[in-house]
Amino acid sequence: MYSRAYKAAISAPPLLWICLFLLLPYALMFAHSFWLVRDGSLIHHWNLQNYRALFTNPLYFEVFLRTARIAASVTLCSLLLGYPLAYYLSFHAGPRKELLYQLVIVPLWVSYLVRGYAWKTILGSDGVLNGFLQYLHVTREPVSFFLYSPFAVVLMLTHIYTPFVFLPIYAALEHIPRPLVEASQDLGADRRATFLRVILPLSIPGLLAGATFAFVLSLGDFLAPLLVGGPSATMIANIVQSLFGAAYDWPLGAAISVCILLITVSLLFATERLEKRWSFK
Amino acid sequence: MTSANSRQRAPLLTAYAVLIFGFIYLPIVVLIVYSFNRDGVGGFPPRHFTFAWYRQLFGDAAIWESVINSLLVAAASVALSLTLGLLAALALDRASFPGKALFRRLVLLPLILPGIITGLSLLMFAVFAGMQLSLLTVFLGHGTALISVATTELFAGLQKLDRAQEEASLDLGATPWQTFWRVTLPNLKLSLIAAGLLIFTLSMDEIAVTFFLIGRDNTLPLEIWGRLRRGITPEINAISSLIFAASVALIIIWYRLRARTIGTQAQELLERP
Amino acid sequence: MSAGAISPQGAASGRVLLEVRSVAKSFGATHVLKNISLQIASGEFLTLLGESGSGKTTLLRLIAGFEQPTSGEIWMSNERLDTLPPYKRRVNTVFQNYALFPHLNVRENVAYGLRVKSTPKAEIAGRVEEALRMVKMISFADARPATLSGGQQQRIALARALINRPQLLLLDEPLSALDANLRKQMQSELKALQREIGIAFLFVTHDQDEAMALSDRIALLRNGALEQVASPREIYSCPATAYTAEFIGQTNLLRGEVKDGVVRWGALQWRTSHVNGAALFSLRPEAIRLADASLHLPEAVRFRGIIRQQIYGGASELLEIDCGSEQTLRARIPVSGPLTGEHEFVFSCAEAVPVTESPAAHGSRATHRERR
Repeated sequence: MYSRAYKAAISAPPLLWICLFLLLPYALMFAHSFWLVRDGSLIHHWNLQNYRALFTNPLYFEVFLRTARIAASVTLCSLLLGYPLAYYLSFHAGPRKELLYQLVIVPLWVSYLVRGYAWKTILGSDGVLNGFLQYLHVTREPVSFFLYSPFAVVLMLTHIYTPFVFLPIYAALEHIPRPLVEASQDLGADRRATFLRVILPLSIPGLLAGATFAFVLSLGDFLAPLLVGGPSATMIANIVQSLFGAAYDWPLGAAISVCILLITVSLLFATERLEKRWSFK
Repeated sequence: MTSANSRQRAPLLTAYAVLIFGFIYLPIVVLIVYSFNRDGVGGFPPRHFTFAWYRQLFGDAAIWESVINSLLVAAASVALSLTLGLLAALALDRASFPGKALFRRLVLLPLILPGIITGLSLLMFAVFAGMQLSLLTVFLGHGTALISVATTELFAGLQKLDRAQEEASLDLGATPWQTFWRVTLPNLKLSLIAAGLLIFTLSMDEIAVTFFLIGRDNTLPLEIWGRLRRGITPEINAISSLIFAASVALIIIWYRLRARTIGTQAQELLERP
Repeated sequence: MSAGAISPQGAASGRVLLEVRSVAKSFGATHVLKNISLQIASGEFLTLLGESGSGKTTLLRLIAGFEQPTSGEIWMSNERLDTLPPYKRRVNTVFQNYALFPHLNVRENVAYGLRVKSTPKAEIAGRVEEALRMVKMISFADARPATLSGGQQQRIALARALINRPQLLLLDEPLSALDANLRKQMQSELKALQREIGIAFLFVTHDQDEAMALSDRIALLRNGALEQVASPREIYSCPATAYTAEFIGQTNLLRGEVKDGVVRWGALQWRTSHVNGAALFSLRPEAIRLADASLHLPEAVRFRGIIRQQIYGGASELLEIDCGSEQTLRARIPVSGPLTGEHEFVFSCAEAVPVTESPAAHGSRATHRERR
């Protein structure tokens, strides 16, 4: 039905743009990772020094481990909040389902910065939370570990990503035909058994999609540590950011970025294959 | 007939769901409340109600300049992303060519990749191309990253399109080009508007990519970010509350549009024997 | 005798398995079921027949446990059923679109009910084999539901339900998604299966031919109330109401005036034991025949009429007969070649069955009529 000219006309512009503004920049980043900085200027000398530094210097590994831990915590907490919420909306909310769904979506549209800033004002030493606790005479002095700690980063990112995790899980749950739930009960499985044997397995693709999203984006986040994390919560992306800023070492920064990119892509591949295995069409 | 099981009692789950909703909304509520507090962003309880911070906000020229910058970038991003996104969606839906799978992944990659990667790679590109960092580079960043949003939304819209309509149009003598303008595009109208709203909002809020591509002119998020370094005042609460209100308004519009497309579909589903 | 009670003509074994006692169901302001009382005998094949919206699926779901009665009770084997959740009832369902679990293969689907009750693995394996053999699907044991055709999925759904040895099997229009030939085949298989295992089947359908072919008894539902409950033969030959007469098979509804034991309808009249006054009679088209000198019918009613239309139907022909004074009768006769003009027709007045106009109100009503 569509002529070759038509197909060429619609494919060419986006393809060209993608090549120019996505592929080429990635290639540049890749190239930079093999270069050097000496005496404050960039030298196009191909070498593996940056990667060697990454793998031998324990600092980078430590930061990366902390980043992975934070990302994993965020993912876990988001799932613990997002899944029950999606389950509640899908199976127990009845006619209010639509409205509640909109209520969950709204925060997604509110700026990341706004939400992060809100936590900053709540968790600080003279923030709202401390004020509240002192008002209730629960504490006499401000508690300092709320803010500027990995805890604060996890809290803020969980707040950001719970709606993101909710969305694909809710979609997957909605896709489960209700007769399957009835059939399970008809055959003798109570609510808990029905959930474990039917609902949960069929919701795994959505769960994986949401979890991957939360994990990958948390892994590469640099704003949350700057806002609420403080020095004890420096994440790998902060190091990259400073290497492109004050610490001026673009090649090293590029090398770390390439690593993050590769980790992300492999994770995506892995979950995609898992999702295929768990989707039954 | 729908199952009555959807209304089973589950008190613990309901309570938990309420708590989660509270967690999601509490910070925003606190933010808005304290934007009216005379004595700053901390402490409890807020004591003195005032509009002073909003007044200060309205007189703050730098903020409004950054708003205009953001609007410019957002508008341009919408135009670019929708155009390229529409073409990409059409290509994915109708054309087959070597490397199509790779193309699809590349287009969707910026959606899931942390913003820092997209931002830095484009920074290196800008330097390579000898470009000055400015709103133009910011626009390139937003536009490129948000093509993926447009593609996803428009592809979904294309899937719902009834192929028979286009075939009927060709059968009646219209050329493919005419068919595109008279049949395909009107059917995608709602998807286009919904995608446009989403891209607009995401562009207005964008920080991570913008962080590395910004020149002398600030966008709104970066203007706020800069202020955070200098110290926190409820004026920031005020602008944040306004951003929240605007976002809510936009999402209500977006949702109504979506519901209209889904609504007609649900109707058709119900009318099936 | 109450409407839904087991009659000697009906149930296979006569022992009451399930009892629906004055059950009503409303969804908000909509009254879907109004005061239904029905008994199902063990081993019986009972069909709930009705149009969409008649409440038949709702009644089925009440028995399965997916809805609660607004009022009334359901009892099974002398124990209260409606207070139990679905997973505690000795009742299993075959769903309209089969509801097979897509993430489990055939074997696992069929074994589901046993796995949930922690049945020992060895026993499960044996019973699954047996169940699959019973529905002739043993070679598909490791397949996934998505790869099976509609008819095959339906058999698996059946096996999955029956393996649990329920006391009552509910079938929610299980054959409606199949094409005509497959449907006929599945009907006879289903009937044979039910005879073989002896479990009571409660079958829901809107297809009256299906109901007639399969059932020991038919319960006709209309607007949430039971119109008539009787065996297929009885419900066909002695319909209680005009609705029943028209829903099942075709009929001529004759509005006549009775005086002193004689009914007058247009130019026709015949003897009846009906009371004086207006009366409605159901006369099946196949009861009217072309008059033939050699034909002797008991208490024959003869009349002349002009054939207005003749519709060929393969095995028989349908005639539209103008009997004068704007009265038309439809007759079904064996294939006789083209007919025109005026002919003489005859029917036996025993075939003109009196029926009531509106459905009988709530509660029990007499449906049994002695065959004349």
